[in-house]
This record gives sequence, C-alpha cells and structure tokens, in this order.
Amino acid sequence: MWRILPGRLSARLQPNHPADDARAIAAAILDGLSFGVGDAVIGINPATDNLPTANTLLSMLDALIATHQIPTQSCVLTHVTNSIELIERGAPLDLVFQSVAGTQAANAGFGVTLPMLAEARDAALSLQRGSAGQNVMYFETGQGSALSADAHHGIDQQTLEARAYAVCRAYEPLLVNTVVGFIGPEYLYDGKEIIRAGLEDHFCGKLLGLPMGCDACYTNHAQADQNDMDVLMTLLAAARAHFLIAVPGADDIMLNYQSLSFHDIAYLRNSLGLKAAPEFETWLAGLGLIDDSGYLIDSALGAQRLLAGGI
Amino acid sequence: MSDFSPDPWAKLRAATPARIALGRAGVAVPTRASLDFQFAHARARDAVHSELDVAALSQHLPGHQLLHVRSAAPSRAVYLRRPDLGRRLAEGQAGALPHAPSDVLIVVADGLSARAVQAHASGVIDALVPQLKGLRLGPVVIAQQARVAIGDEIGAKIGARLCVLLVGERPGLTVADSLGAYLTFAPQPGTRDSARNCVSNIHAQGGLSHAQAAAKIAWLAQAALTLGLTGTGLKENAPQIAGPGQGAEIAPP
Repeated sequence: MWRILPGRLSARLQPNHPADDARAIAAAILDGLSFGVGDAVIGINPATDNLPTANTLLSMLDALIATHQIPTQSCVLTHVTNSIELIERGAPLDLVFQSVAGTQAANAGFGVTLPMLAEARDAALSLQRGSAGQNVMYFETGQGSALSADAHHGIDQQTLEARAYAVCRAYEPLLVNTVVGFIGPEYLYDGKEIIRAGLEDHFCGKLLGLPMGCDACYTNHAQADQNDMDVLMTLLAAARAHFLIAVPGADDIMLNYQSLSFHDIAYLRNSLGLKAAPEFETWLAGLGLIDDSGYLIDSALGAQRLLAGGI
Repeated sequence: MSDFSPDPWAKLRAATPARIALGRAGVAVPTRASLDFQFAHARARDAVHSELDVAALSQHLPGHQLLHVRSAAPSRAVYLRRPDLGRRLAEGQAGALPHAPSDVLIVVADGLSARAVQAHASGVIDALVPQLKGLRLGPVVIAQQARVAIGDEIGAKIGARLCVLLVGERPGLTVADSLGAYLTFAPQPGTRDSARNCVSNIHAQGGLSHAQAAAKIAWLAQAALTLGLTGTGLKENAPQIAGPGQGAEIAPP
C-alpha cells in the first residue's frame, strides 16, 4: 500500500497563528522551508472552525506552493465534515484531516463515524489533486483520547491507541501521527511517560504498516521540558519515524504547547544521515539551501532566493 | 539582490509573534533564543499553578448576581492529575445552586490559567451581555479548580437552555493568559465535547479582542438557541473577521 523510502526523515511544517493571519502564517512557512522542513505536509491547525477562514487558508497555501513550486502538499486541520463542505465549495484541498480514536464512543466524541471518513476520502479523491499517489487522508491520534472522553470501556490507553491505527489504515492515509504529549499530565504524567508512549505508538503504527510520524510534544501543565523532546526525537529518528512535526522555535503560539523546532529536524538529518523526501531535497538544492550531503548551507543566498519568491 | 536589507528576515519577523528567523549556531538554536525559551517555559509553568482571586474578579462584575462554587478537586496538584474531579462539583455545592431557568447561563472557570480569567473574563462578559438582549440571563457562576464540563452540572441544576463557559486555556510560552469560551446547548452531565462550540484564543497578543470574542459568542448563542443544538452540527458561518474563533480538535481544559 505504501512505498517506503529508506534513509529519509520528513517533517510537517506547522505554522499556526492565533488569529489565522495569512501573512504571519506565510512568514512561518518560509522560515521552516529555509530549514528544509515541510516535505511531509505544510499543515495549519486553524484557530477557528470558521469555513470561510479555512477556505482562505487553503487558497493561500495552494498559491504559495504553486508560486514557489514546492513539491509538497497542504492541509488545514479542520473537522472532517468541514473538509467535505470545503471540497463542495471548490477549495483546493490536498489532504482531509481528522483526529481519530480507538473506540466507537471516542470517535463519536470527535463527531466522527467510519462512513463519514469514507465519504470524505471519496470527496478528496474526486478532486484528483494527487500527482505522485492517491493517499489523501491525514490522521492524528494519541494515547488517552478515549479515556478523556470516558469512552475507554476500562481498556488501557496503549491498546486503544493501536486500535486507532487500524481505523487509520482502512483509509490508506498519506500521514498518521500520534500527538504524544499533547493531552496532558492526566494521561502521560511526565517526560519519561511521554517518551515511552511515543515509542510505543511508533512501534504499534509500524507493526500495522502505517506511514507513522510523531508530534513529539508536551504541554506546560506536564512535568516535561525540551530536554525530554531532544531524547524522544532522537529515539524516534533512530527508529525511523517517517516524519516529525516542527514549529518555529518549538513554540506553537496558537495551540500553546511545545513541539520540535525547525532546527531539530536539521540536527536529526545531519546526525543520523537522513535526508528530506527526494523531490523536496532536489527543490532545496535548487534554491541553494542544502549541499550535496543534505546539510544546510551557511549562506543567506538560499534564503534570499526563497524570500524573493514572496508571500 | 539589492532589494534586500542586511537581514532578509527583518520584515517577516515583524509579521508574527512566532519564534521565526532565530538564526542558528551550526544547526542548533542560538544561546540567546534558547535562554528566552527556557524563561518563557518557567513563566508558563507559574501561570498553570496560579490561584484565581475571586474577590478581585467579583469587583469587576458589578450588577451581576454572583455565585461561587468549587469542583471536587481539593487542590491544584490533584486537579492536574484528576480531570474527572475538575468536571464535577464538590459535595454539597450543587445543593447551594438555585433552580433559576434561563436562556443563557454564564459560568467562569479558572481552568488551566487563572491569569487568563483575571485578565479577560469580565471584559468579555461586559461586551457580551448587551448583545444578548431579550434573552433571560442566569446568575454568573464562578467555579474554581474547574474544567469545561463542570458547566454541564451547573447548567442542568440551574435549568439553563444554553451554558456559556469562559475558561483559562492552557498557557503557552508566548501567551499565558488566553481565555476560551465553550457553548453547550441543554447542558447535562455526560455531554460529549463534540456537542460544544468553542471560541478560543481570547487575549491581547494577536488573539481575539473582547469585542470580537463577544460578537462570535453572541452569533453562536443565537444560532444555538434557534437550532436547538451546539457542536459539530452547528457550523460557524458568520462572516469572516480578523481573528480566531472555534478551537478544533483540542481536548478542552
């Protein structure tokens, strides 16, 4: 179902802004691109579920990707029913996003049913926007989502997380990631538990054959800090996570939690000999942002060429 | 390349409070930016553990009948570990609430940032109430060590058609005083999160102003009372304004 490319580590560029300001988001995107981030997806969590706003953001991403001829895809992470409506309104939508969980009751808590996911996938496929493939779904999961919705039937959170991956697999996703520390200390108490859960999730996702990534992250009410993320991201990259999520300076100013920085992706690729996705790597080299080894070049010229393309 | 200032990122840096264009040392975050980050993290941790000053908040809400309740979580430490306790009233508290049927009940909950409630709750209420003309308003209930779902028990006891719960959102590094508003039609214990609408990121650092937030809440409240529902069945189709609105897939505080 999926073609696995060895020696690659991709990244989702997450340029969120608390007011969904298009210029601010574009600025964060250019910053991430200059670090070689964004080959998995450029994915915005909108601060609003307002449909006109989502439509505006999708159009902005589509124009930016076209202007800079970036070999990647975009996503606005809104509810699946919103994506269906956006497709009906003619929005340029590459990927349908949805959070999913491992019980029917927890999915009901997300306002999601399996037929709804199938309908959304069909709608996205009807747009025929895929150039390299027809994987049009993007799912996020995370241990504890069923428990937090009192929808866990007494079952432990790792087992239910593995069940969530089975939900994902049925829709041939392009991307699946656990948002491992996002849920807070009620479910994963400290850095140690977040690291363990991140590895558990990666293992279970890989066993099920998913294109598995991770948002290595923590909230400010958890007993964790950026040192824990340094450990987790290194372990995940060594375990060949398909992609990780990165935000400017590791600080998501809309969702109010910490993930990885754009710098971290460069560190992982350099230290473990991993590269960006092939088409993206070629694009980065064409701008003069990376050298033949995939290392970032110590010159402002590449960034200047990128910025000259405008936002 | 002559169009570029010495720092090509200067203009873009001004476009967002995000930590962009930090530069790099090798490929690592430079020391100054790393220290800034750690300082901000320490401040955000402090915000999580701050206490709501109910007396000060009450002074900013003159003209409202105020009620004060506590959740079943006896302390911040327990509150952080036991979300279930933060979602229900402490023993004996429900009995103290009157049955006062109303169209809209406003509940103020400390959530994960008492600082956010202190800074923005009264301003949002002041801007919101005039836009709810013609509707029966209940008392304003202030709830401590409280999570979003505590509004279900309070709303059911008071007999509200719609609960508007203002809550301190989890503090971030850049914004530690962000307020959220959750709207729940026919609040009852056990209500699913997908049956709520949310207006999030109400704060003064690039977020929604009190007036913008009140306009969105009022739009959703009128739509909820007309349609008889809240949640994923109620799509916000209000004209686009500059500012955020409903939070998406986040587990509420």
